[in-house]
Amino acid sequence: MTTSWAMKRGVGVTSILFWIVLALLPLIGFVSESSSFDYYMFMGQSMLIYAIAVLGLNLLIGFNGQISLGHSAFFALGAYTAAILMNFGGWPYWATLPIAAVVCFAAGLLFGFPALKLEGHYLALATFTLAIAVPQLLKYKAIAGWTGGVGGVLLDKPDPPEWTRLSPDQWLYYVCLAAAILLFWVVFNLLRSRNGRALMAVRDHSMAASTMGIDLARYKTIAFGISAGITGVAGGLSAITVAYVAPDSFTLQLSISFLVGLVVGGIASLPGCLVGGVFIVLVQNSAQSISDWMKATFALRYDVPAWAIYGVLLLLLMYFLPAGIAGGFAQARTWWTMRGRRGRQQ
Amino acid sequence: MEFFLQQFAAGLTSGAIYACVALGLVMIYVSTDHINFAQGEMAMFATYLAWAMIDAGLPYWVAFGLTVLVAFAGGFAIQRVILKPLERAPVLALVVSFIALLSIFNAVAGMIWSYTIKQFPSPFPSRDLFGNGLVSVQQLGVVGVTLVMLGLLTAFFRFTTLGLAMRAAAQNADSARLMGVRVSWMLALGWGLAAAIGAIAGMLVAPIVFLDPNMMTGILVYGFAGALVGGIGNPMGAVAGGFIVGVLENLVGSYVIGNELKLTFALIIVIGVLLLKPAGLFGRVIVKRV
Repeated sequence: MTTSWAMKRGVGVTSILFWIVLALLPLIGFVSESSSFDYYMFMGQSMLIYAIAVLGLNLLIGFNGQISLGHSAFFALGAYTAAILMNFGGWPYWATLPIAAVVCFAAGLLFGFPALKLEGHYLALATFTLAIAVPQLLKYKAIAGWTGGVGGVLLDKPDPPEWTRLSPDQWLYYVCLAAAILLFWVVFNLLRSRNGRALMAVRDHSMAASTMGIDLARYKTIAFGISAGITGVAGGLSAITVAYVAPDSFTLQLSISFLVGLVVGGIASLPGCLVGGVFIVLVQNSAQSISDWMKATFALRYDVPAWAIYGVLLLLLMYFLPAGIAGGFAQARTWWTMRGRRGRQQ
Repeated sequence: MEFFLQQFAAGLTSGAIYACVALGLVMIYVSTDHINFAQGEMAMFATYLAWAMIDAGLPYWVAFGLTVLVAFAGGFAIQRVILKPLERAPVLALVVSFIALLSIFNAVAGMIWSYTIKQFPSPFPSRDLFGNGLVSVQQLGVVGVTLVMLGLLTAFFRFTTLGLAMRAAAQNADSARLMGVRVSWMLALGWGLAAAIGAIAGMLVAPIVFLDPNMMTGILVYGFAGALVGGIGNPMGAVAGGFIVGVLENLVGSYVIGNELKLTFALIIVIGVLLLKPAGLFGRVIVKRV
C-alpha cells in the first residue's frame, strides 16, 4: 500500500485548493436560476456525510487492518444521539455532534474490547451480526419512548443564522463541510504521528509491531473507538440534514454502502474517502437511470437494482483495481514518473 | 409445563433449520477457512428456484431434487468462476466478495420475483402428531430431513474416497496435493455441497416464514451462532449447535426477553462464544505457532 504521503510535511497545496473549491460551490446558488439547486446542495451534504463515514471506516479497515461490517450501527447511534438530544433535550443541532462523537467513541471502545480477540473473518462475522441486530434493537418497545420505535423521530430542519442570507440547505452544506474538513484534518495529522505509524504497523505485521513495543490491544481498541466516533458524527449530521431518523435506514445495506465507498475510493486512501462518498450518492440517485439505460442497451426484461450494480462493481474492483479509484490514480502516477525516470537514465 | 414443551418443540424445529444453515457454513469453512456471508442469500435464491418450478407445475419432490442439484452446480460454479482467482487474496478481498455475492443474490431475486412475500408449500401436513398439540408432523419432518442429511454427509465423509480426499484437502492442502488430490476442485465440491445444503434449509424454512428475498438474513445470523456454538470446524457440532441455539432462542424469547430482541440474543451468543470459547463446544482448539 502506498502511504508515502504519510512522510510528507504539512497539508499539500492541492488539497487546500480542493477544499476551497468545495467551499465555493454553494455560492453558485446566488447566480443560478435552477429550481433544483437546493436539491443539489442536499446531495452535496449526503456526499460529505458518506465521505466522513467512509473516513471512519477507512481508519479502521484501511489503516488498522480490522474488518468491520457493523459501522451502520455506529452511524445509527450517532444519528439517534443527535435526534434524541435535539428532540427531548432541546439542544442546538451543532452541539449534538460532539456528543454523538463521544457516545460513539465510547460504544466503539466497548465493542473494540471483544473485537481485540477476533481477527479477519471472525471480526467481520461479529460486526455483521451487529449490523443485522441493530434495526430490531432500535424498534424495541422499552426504549420506544426515546427512539420513536418503528416510526422513528421527526426533527425540524435548522435555520441558518440571519446574517448569512443562505438557504437552509446551503447552510447545512457548510455545516457538513466544516465537520468534514475538521475530521479529515484530524485523521490526516493522526496518521502522520507516532500513533498513526503504530496503527499502520499493527496492520502490516502485528507480531513485528508488538516486538517493537507497540501495545496491540491499546491501539486496536482506540482505533475502533475513533473510527466509530467519526462514523457517529456522520450519523449525527445525517439526522440533522435529513431531519428524520428511523430504524430501517440503518440496516446491513448501509454498512455495505460504506464498504462500497471504501473499496471504490481506495483502501487506505484519504482522498479516496471523498471519491467513495460522491460515488455512493451518485449511484443511489441515478440507480433508476442506470437501470433504464441497461434495460434499453441490453434489452433486459427486468429493472436492474442498485444493489446488483454495487455487487458486480465490488467483485470487478477486487479483481482489477484492488486499490480503488484513488489508489489506481496513485499507481498510474507512480508508473508514469518511473517511466520518465527510466527514460532519462537511458 | 405444556407451554414449555411446545416452545421446546418449536425450538427444535427452528434449530433444525439453523443446523442446516450452520452445516452449509461449516462445509465452506472446513474446506476453505472462509466464512461465507452469502450462504443465506444463496439458500434464498435456490428456494425461489424451487418456488418457480412448483409454480410451473412440477410435483414438490421433483422440484426439491432439481433445486438441490441446481444449487450444487451453482455453488460449484461460484467457486470455480468467482472465487478461484481470489484464492490467495487477503481476507478483506474475500469478505468484500462475499458481501458482493450477498447483494447480487438479494437484488436479483428481488428483481425477478419482486419483494412481495410468497407462500411456499410444505411437503408435510401441519396436523398434530399425537393429537395433543405438542408436535406437528411438519415439525417432525423438518427435524427428520436435517438428521437424514447429517447422516448422509457423515457417511459420505467417512466411507467414500471422495469424502476422504475432501477431508485431506481441508486438513493439509500441501500433503493432499502430493498424494494426488486435486485440492482446488475439492474446494469447489465443498462450495457445491454447501449450496445444496443451503437450498434444503431454504426450502424447509420457507413454509414457516414465507418466501421473500430477505427471509434468510435473520436465519443466517442464527446459523452463524449455531456453527460457532458447535465449533465452526465440526459438522456434527454445527448441527448440535444449531439445535441448541434454536431451543435457547425460543425459550429465552418466550420467558425472558420477548420476541423483539431475538436478534440481539443471537449477537450476544456470537460475541460470547467468540470471546469465551472460540473453538465452540465440540471444536478443536487450534494453537497458532509463532
